[in-house]
Amino acid sequence: MTPPVTTQRVDLEVNGVQHACDLDPRTTLLDALREHLDLTGSKKGCDHGQCGACTVLVDGRRTNSCLLLAVAAEGSTVTTIEGLGGPDLPHPVQEAFLEHDAYQCGYCTPGQICSAVGMLDEAAQGWPSVVTDDLTDAGELGTDEIRERMSGNICRCGAYVNIVTAIAAVDA
Amino acid sequence: MKPLTYERPATLDEAVSLLGRGEVPTSLLAGGTNLVDLLKLDVESPQLLVDVNHLGLDRIDDTPNGGLMIGATVRNSDLAADPRVRERYPLLARALLSAASGQIRNMATTAGNLMQRTRCVYFMDATKPCNKREPGSGCPAVEGASRELGLLGTSDSCIATHPGDMAVALVALDAVVHFVAADGAGTIPIGDFHRLPGDDPSLDTTLPAGAIITAVEVPPLAFASTSTYRKARDRRSYAFALASVAAAIDVDGDTVRDIRIALGGVSPRPWRAHAAEELLRGAPATADSFRAAAEAELAAATPTGENALKVDLVVRLVTGVLLELTGSER
Ligand SMILES: Cc1cc2nc3c(=O)[nH]c(=O)nc-3n(C[C@H](O)[C@H](O)[C@H](O)COP(=O)(O)OP(=O)(O)OC[C@H]3O[C@@H](n4cnc5c(N)ncnc54)[C@H](O)[C@@H]3O)c2cc1C
Ligand code: FES
Ligand code: FES
Repeated sequence: MTPPVTTQRVDLEVNGVQHACDLDPRTTLLDALREHLDLTGSKKGCDHGQCGACTVLVDGRRTNSCLLLAVAAEGSTVTTIEGLGGPDLPHPVQEAFLEHDAYQCGYCTPGQICSAVGMLDEAAQGWPSVVTDDLTDAGELGTDEIRERMSGNICRCGAYVNIVTAIAAVDA
Repeated sequence: MKPLTYERPATLDEAVSLLGRGEVPTSLLAGGTNLVDLLKLDVESPQLLVDVNHLGLDRIDDTPNGGLMIGATVRNSDLAADPRVRERYPLLARALLSAASGQIRNMATTAGNLMQRTRCVYFMDATKPCNKREPGSGCPAVEGASRELGLLGTSDSCIATHPGDMAVALVALDAVVHFVAADGAGTIPIGDFHRLPGDDPSLDTTLPAGAIITAVEVPPLAFASTSTYRKARDRRSYAFALASVAAAIDVDGDTVRDIRIALGGVSPRPWRAHAAEELLRGAPATADSFRAAAEAELAAATPTGENALKVDLVVRLVTGVLLELTGSER
């Protein structure tokens, strides 16, 4: 017999706001954001870590929210696309995506933007990628580096060319 | 996903006792990038998750002999970015960086990566027979979709591979897995950590039941400064290996003084190429001897119709990587 579904209190800090949620421990952070906190900017593409549409920042680091249980995110700081900026005060990466037309349908875009913000921070810390020649000196982000580092975000519309251009423009 | 409860112990003792209690099927939860996926697929259905992320196992420490002690919950991205890893163990940094995506590397942990399950499509589909998931139910892979699967150390009952990259580098480096269990602490040489299936593929590793990995120790290896990792896959990034090679080489003039080679994507265990290494120690550092050694290693391969391409692929990967490391080719 399967045990009855029970919920538990989970405190989540999202975009600077504390939320006391009552969640089934199986709930992923993605479902908590979308279904319980009405933050539908983060998208569900594959639900298995394969597409990046659900990317959010957890303690500033890009993370697939579909593979993170909400209970396990308790105590962390979560930033979603809504928290990065909005129409009145867009984040520089949001602005660059607008400027360079870095989307078609827009479904992958919140994940692309959150991922790019996390990725640029990683690069600023000098993290190498697998296409970096000298592991001890990561150097500048060229097109190859951006493509490799953003490979966790799939765009079904194939807007990659403009996505790379937008990110390169922010990095410049 | 079956109903479950979640516990977040604050100490290792607490975690060990939660795991050892054994009242209900229990799994450790680290980054969750493999486990949560398998929970959703009903491939794994523990009733209790014990979160290991808050046990203070997230440090990378120098060992007295010049190696590194890597905590179980160090994230793959932090390990790859660590200056000591980049400098002393390029093969490990490159193996980590060639895996998954930036997001997943930020979540994935050292221990979780070692313990990740196979990506065999039959294992991951709970509606299909699979001797690993459901002992005795059969292995459709042998006659079925096996292009991604193994050809070294496999058996009639299972041809699944360990799919990871990091462990391939660790096997080349003779790393040691440290764990604690209710009856004390222990270690397992990484070469003995992943099991060959034989007639019981259900257990992937030799980690005792109820044990928690605390760290992975990487001994010093001076010539690992001349090392790398090369991975062949169906797309350039964000894909598991069809085959991969981790190698380090020490050349004296034109002669191979010492060498480490491990292969990924070809076996249930990250495959240390002992036969090839033996042939190459003292041999001339030439394309011919690299190729001959790789071919000798693959002599024992038992490919399926679909994955026979891996024989040639591995020979070329090994030859290419060793030529790159000896500066004969880029
Ligand atoms: C889309 C996708 C692509 C990927 N591509 C690659 C790739 O190219 N190369 C690659 O190598 N990997 C790849 N991965 C796999 C990824 O690297 C693993 O899922 C990850 O390393 C697992 O680590 P984790 O911390 O998330 O483990 P979890 O999912 O939390 O746990 C995995 C297993 O380890 C056990 N475990 C965790 N911690 C401990 C401990 N301390 N002691 C004992 N047992 C423990 C858990 O109980 C569980 O059984 C990919 C994954 C996805 C989803
Ligand atoms: S929805 Fe999370 S990676 Fe696709
Ligand atoms: S813009 Fe449509 S999926 Fe990327």
